[in-house]
Amino acid sequence: MSEPTDSAPSQSKRVLAFAARLVALVCVYLFFAVLTPGSKGFTSDANTQLMLQDIAVVAMCAIGMTLVIIAGGIDLSAGSTIALAMITTAYVLNLGPKGAEWVRSSPHLMPILAVLAAMTVAGTVGLINGLLVTSLRMVPFIVTLGTMQMARGLAKLVANEQNIYPPSDVVGDLWIARLLDPARTVFTFPFLPAAVWLVILCALLASLFLRYTRLGRHAFAVGSNEKTAVLCGVPVLRTKLAVYLISGLFSGLAGIIFFARLGGIGQPTEAIGYELFVIAAVVIGGASLLGGRGTVLGTMIGALIITILRNGGVKMGWPQYTQEIVMGAVIVVAVAIDNLRNRRRT
Amino acid sequence: MQGVQKRFGATYALRGVDLEVSAGSVHALIGENGAGKSTLMKTLSGAYQADAGEMTFDGQPYRPANPLDARSRGVCMIYQELALAPDLSVMENILLGIEPTWGPFMRWSETRSIAQRALNEVGLETVTPEAIVGQLSIASQQLVEIARAVAVGCKILVLDEPTSSLTQKDVAKLFSLVRRLKEKGIAIVYISHALEEVQALCDRFTVMRDGETVGHGRVNEVPVHRIISMMVGREVADLYPRSVRQPTEVVLEMKDFAGASLPRKAALTLHRGEVVGIAGLIGAGRTEMLRSLFGLEPVKSGDVRIGAFRGEASPGRRWAQGVGLVSEDRKTEGLAQNLSIAENLTLTRLSGLGPWRFIRPSRQRAACKPWIDALPIKCRDAGQAVEDLSGGNQQKVAIARLLHHDADIFLLDEPTRGIDVGSKAQIYALIDRLALGDPSTGKKPKAILVVSSYLPELLGICDRIAVMTRGILGEALPVASWTEHSLMLAATGQTSDAPSSPPV
Repeated sequence: MSEPTDSAPSQSKRVLAFAARLVALVCVYLFFAVLTPGSKGFTSDANTQLMLQDIAVVAMCAIGMTLVIIAGGIDLSAGSTIALAMITTAYVLNLGPKGAEWVRSSPHLMPILAVLAAMTVAGTVGLINGLLVTSLRMVPFIVTLGTMQMARGLAKLVANEQNIYPPSDVVGDLWIARLLDPARTVFTFPFLPAAVWLVILCALLASLFLRYTRLGRHAFAVGSNEKTAVLCGVPVLRTKLAVYLISGLFSGLAGIIFFARLGGIGQPTEAIGYELFVIAAVVIGGASLLGGRGTVLGTMIGALIITILRNGGVKMGWPQYTQEIVMGAVIVVAVAIDNLRNRRRT
Repeated sequence: MQGVQKRFGATYALRGVDLEVSAGSVHALIGENGAGKSTLMKTLSGAYQADAGEMTFDGQPYRPANPLDARSRGVCMIYQELALAPDLSVMENILLGIEPTWGPFMRWSETRSIAQRALNEVGLETVTPEAIVGQLSIASQQLVEIARAVAVGCKILVLDEPTSSLTQKDVAKLFSLVRRLKEKGIAIVYISHALEEVQALCDRFTVMRDGETVGHGRVNEVPVHRIISMMVGREVADLYPRSVRQPTEVVLEMKDFAGASLPRKAALTLHRGEVVGIAGLIGAGRTEMLRSLFGLEPVKSGDVRIGAFRGEASPGRRWAQGVGLVSEDRKTEGLAQNLSIAENLTLTRLSGLGPWRFIRPSRQRAACKPWIDALPIKCRDAGQAVEDLSGGNQQKVAIARLLHHDADIFLLDEPTRGIDVGSKAQIYALIDRLALGDPSTGKKPKAILVVSSYLPELLGICDRIAVMTRGILGEALPVASWTEHSLMLAATGQTSDAPSSPPV
């Protein structure tokens, strides 16, 4: 029975696990960089910009998902919530020209209202998830499977089953539609699109939250052993409610970014199946679906890997089905490797 | 606690229990499984609410609404299944729910120093506060949980069978800790089946049976056999029946047998109609030997012959060859807890329970009936879920599976761990019947291999005993040539006054 007599081994193991993910990321990137025909331009500035846009959406949403998964839950409604937030943003912006006098007279107010509305709606979805999971003690998988459908339906209802095109004279120059505007190159200020900076900021805050707040630590405790958490007086229900709410809010932010990514259009049928990419990113990032384990930093790397795979597959000219098979295989292999490593540890 | 009652539906789990525990003493709570010990302690620690009776704590009326309430009053319970968050660090587990914070933020340095103090208090200085709990040994995890109780300022500490998964060395460590806590004025309730432990550690005892207190007193004033008869409600004339057995042909033979890690070297022959015991310390490789014999763990080398079959085989093949294993871990491996008795019992031999390969549930349940009656298994009917049964009855289901299968070779790993004396006696009697066979019904004798850490049991039921020492199995010698003392010496590797030094 060998026991760690100090924390060094587990510390170094964590660093090692992180390094392994970085290496995997670099390998995936190099794989496509080398194998993609030059003419397709996998490494071109334009494609890099495109990937950054995709990453911003997936990574933003994945931050919230990380919290939920650490607390032992799952949020399948993430993709639909993205769509709902996107539609809400477009809907509110679309109201502008028809709005009351005070709205038309202060155009700078519209995007702020749109963002607030989108965040409120997305937060409400998260809150409903949380309430159903906590007050009715329903299984998160089922609850969010239901709200996934409902949020999608609501998005289509609000959009009247059509794309919403806010008039370009309203949206055209608004900051909200330009969140992903390409910075000229990666080497000139501000280096990255605003939304990517926002993701980085949020990831940092979420990391600090998980490490340095009581609520963050309670999320780990609840995911690791819920009964113990109850016994020790951890406010389990409040903790769960909080992570679902936070997850909803991050999906909302992702939805607003998605709106910008589509160039200022609200499309109710977008982001279908995104929750699977997001969950895959979290799992590749080293979180356990059983709860109690996971890091935001790992999730960020997971999001990068997933996005590069998706983009690279397209650039390679793989048919849809090949992309799907490869994506699925990568997820399975990533989790298998993790399991093997954990088994050796114990 | 006075006249405490607890009802579940129409059945009384507790019907008037009195218990008095004073600060700075260790009080043993003894009784068979199902006697109501756990219910009583769950009432004390707030998991259940009493229907009648009074509890006073420090002179105040005491009626905890939930475990958290009890904890905040200073009543902590350490269950057999440890209540720790395995992914969290030691310090977070110790201070879970009472983290020192500054607003919403953790104060890590203070968390660390409080945890370190608690660790020092329970004698776990070798573990750092940052270590991840899931990577510690069971013994250390248990100490972490006690450290948590100490950190929340507990005044009554309830230990439920704390030694059931500890090695001898860890038990000694735990005992000295319990004594230290006692000196500090903490009242300790110690639940155990092992009366030796009670004698070594406890000051007073209370015996429960059928939801009532049937006796109490000072441990050093009441002889053990009196305590046992209080527990079972009758004098245990002979706990270990042993008929005169006639070993016949060899049914299992292994030579130079070695598993992937353990055992390192084992040789044994097992005859039909005999009971052979394997003694040794926990971790010596006894369980691993049974498991690799049964195909649950890889075999590295050696020669195995079972009946007419030679060599390694998967568990499925082993069952087909007439070998059955009862796992030491009935909770997670031995039984499918949420399935019925019938499902568990017939799992290895479903043929003949319906037309073709179909299974008729009614016939499945009917097939269990004889075993439920014969052992007997206390249950509503064969359709009841195994998780509702007491430990002793669960174990009988696990053994009945081998009977239903009509196995010839019984590999029993700790068959009586954590079960009450009454069930133990029934299992011993069953083992004796099996080894004897029943010529009147044409039932052939079985061959039985028992791994146990409880030496009186091995000495009581076996014909021959072999000792496993650090992965090496000694020669199986007749039981008459062993004593508890010599078994212990052999197990710890000091063979000086063993009856004859086993060849190594």
